[in-house]
Amino acid sequence: MITYESVTKVYGKGLNTVTALDNVSFTIPKGEVVVFLGPSGCGKTTTLRLTNRLETLTRGVITIEDQNIMDIDVVQLRQRLGYVIQAIGLFPNKTIAENIAVVPKLLHWDEERISKRVDELLEMTNLDPELYRDRYPAELSGGQQQRVGVARGLAADPNILLMDEPFGAIDPINREEIQDEFLKLQTKLKKTVAFVSHDIHEAIKMGDRIAIFEKGRLVQYDTPEVILTQPKNKFVSDFVGADRALKVLGLMRVSDIINRTPKNIIQGGDRSAEALHFLNTKDSRYGIVLEHNKPIGFVTQKSLKYEDGPVRDAVEPYPVFLREKTPLRDVLSSMLMYSTPTFCVVDDDKNFAGTVTYNDIQKAVKASYADETENVEPVETEVAS
Amino acid sequence: MSTLQFIMDNLNEVLYLSWEHIWIVGIALLIATPIGVVLGIVITKHEQFASRVLNGANILMTIPSLALFGLMLPILSMVDMGLGKVPAIIALVLYSQLPIIRNTYTAIKNVPPALVDAARGMGMSKWKLLRELEIPLAIPLIIAGLRTAAVMNIGVAAIATYIGAGGLGVYIQQGIARVYPEMIMSGAILVSLLAIVVDGGMALLERVATPEGIKVQRKLSR
Repeated sequence: MITYESVTKVYGKGLNTVTALDNVSFTIPKGEVVVFLGPSGCGKTTTLRLTNRLETLTRGVITIEDQNIMDIDVVQLRQRLGYVIQAIGLFPNKTIAENIAVVPKLLHWDEERISKRVDELLEMTNLDPELYRDRYPAELSGGQQQRVGVARGLAADPNILLMDEPFGAIDPINREEIQDEFLKLQTKLKKTVAFVSHDIHEAIKMGDRIAIFEKGRLVQYDTPEVILTQPKNKFVSDFVGADRALKVLGLMRVSDIINRTPKNIIQGGDRSAEALHFLNTKDSRYGIVLEHNKPIGFVTQKSLKYEDGPVRDAVEPYPVFLREKTPLRDVLSSMLMYSTPTFCVVDDDKNFAGTVTYNDIQKAVKASYADETENVEPVETEVAS
Repeated sequence: MSTLQFIMDNLNEVLYLSWEHIWIVGIALLIATPIGVVLGIVITKHEQFASRVLNGANILMTIPSLALFGLMLPILSMVDMGLGKVPAIIALVLYSQLPIIRNTYTAIKNVPPALVDAARGMGMSKWKLLRELEIPLAIPLIIAGLRTAAVMNIGVAAIATYIGAGGLGVYIQQGIARVYPEMIMSGAILVSLLAIVVDGGMALLERVATPEGIKVQRKLSR
């Protein structure tokens, strides 16, 4: 846990002062990822650097695990906090193993323990120890370097990680991948993470909570859902972007809106005429065709009308199947691409699990904004004040 | 041809004078290196002294070597060392300061701030930072400074013969006094040769001392 209490940072002396951080208070709960978000110069990086005392606090109190950071020896404090910065932070004169071993060495671990830990971390970050241990940073791609950066931050198994735009310098495809890997690690490791970013997508994806900074003030501190659906003022809603409905979809998953018992299920062996009649009674224009509880495609009333044999002969296959954890943004994208209004959800064995329709998605988005439309007035007065 | 003949005829003396020359320059470099490197590092940590120290070293460079010998003469005479190798070595040490200090200072300053930040953020003390990161990264440029100093000093040491320091300058000085072209040429050629050899040797040292990771980085970024 990290707490910030009336944290203020003023640069300069006398008349030439700049307030970089103005009376900021919030708490990062144990085991959560909090993203510090905002444009450059908003104070997010300063907040992070105050935490490991790379900058000196002007006023206020910062505590880690209920200990005032000013009461801890600065070198010990920093060794307790994992620190990850952009890939350029790797030491070019040291091998990958030596880079990862920096903090354990500072803590005087013995050789054997260090080398075991290095291999463990390389495997954790999907780098083959045999291959990479003795390489130099320059020999690795940007994405691999950043994995090493993360491994280095985790080396001494700190409870708290400070990450300063760690994935900022990586191309978008690799960034997605590393973010996913980090999230997977985080579900296992449950570190308390302070994560600086200027990218709203990254913040939504990585953060359990987001702290939005503007000109040295903490404007809003909430979960991504609340930030997207109830931005506190114009600055936040502008920063979040006009496409925030789409961003909400990035947060929601198929499992949030899945219909597990659709009424229009047909078995592949049914006769077409029966199936047509069945769909008529259910007032459904199309049916989902299952065989041995596995969806094989769909049929429309039109296609059944001219079919004599079993339903399976008239089936049109689905272009894709969804999983329960697929984000709704991807689902919507597939719907637009294939102009198919309904998709089937399957489990790991390709068994039928339910359906998702365009209407379900729309309803879900509307529901998440319901609060906002009711609160239009108070939101605006807040901007004015 | 006759110059070569002169060298062959006086081989023993040539070898002795060459050895003397190398000895003076070598000792001077051994003394100058720790002073210059330490000063160079200190002024990166105490920026307020940087321009003063660098200017001081600059001014030392502008004093002609003969004038410097002259200036030191009355001072060192007080301890009976006005002539000979001691003032020569002192002069060389002073001349070496600018390239060594400036290169050390620049090299340490050139270490990317992101790396220094990462190192400090992970809890390295100033000492550790210097030992594990700044000096290894600065080594090639520091040695380049030593190389400049060494080559320059080989030339200056030739002049030190006027205060009786010995070395290959003896041939040049005496050759002029005796109007003996072969002798002058021998001295000049040997001093030049020495400079070229030392330059090559220092280049090799520079390559050997460069950390492996930096070499890899250079090769790949080409």
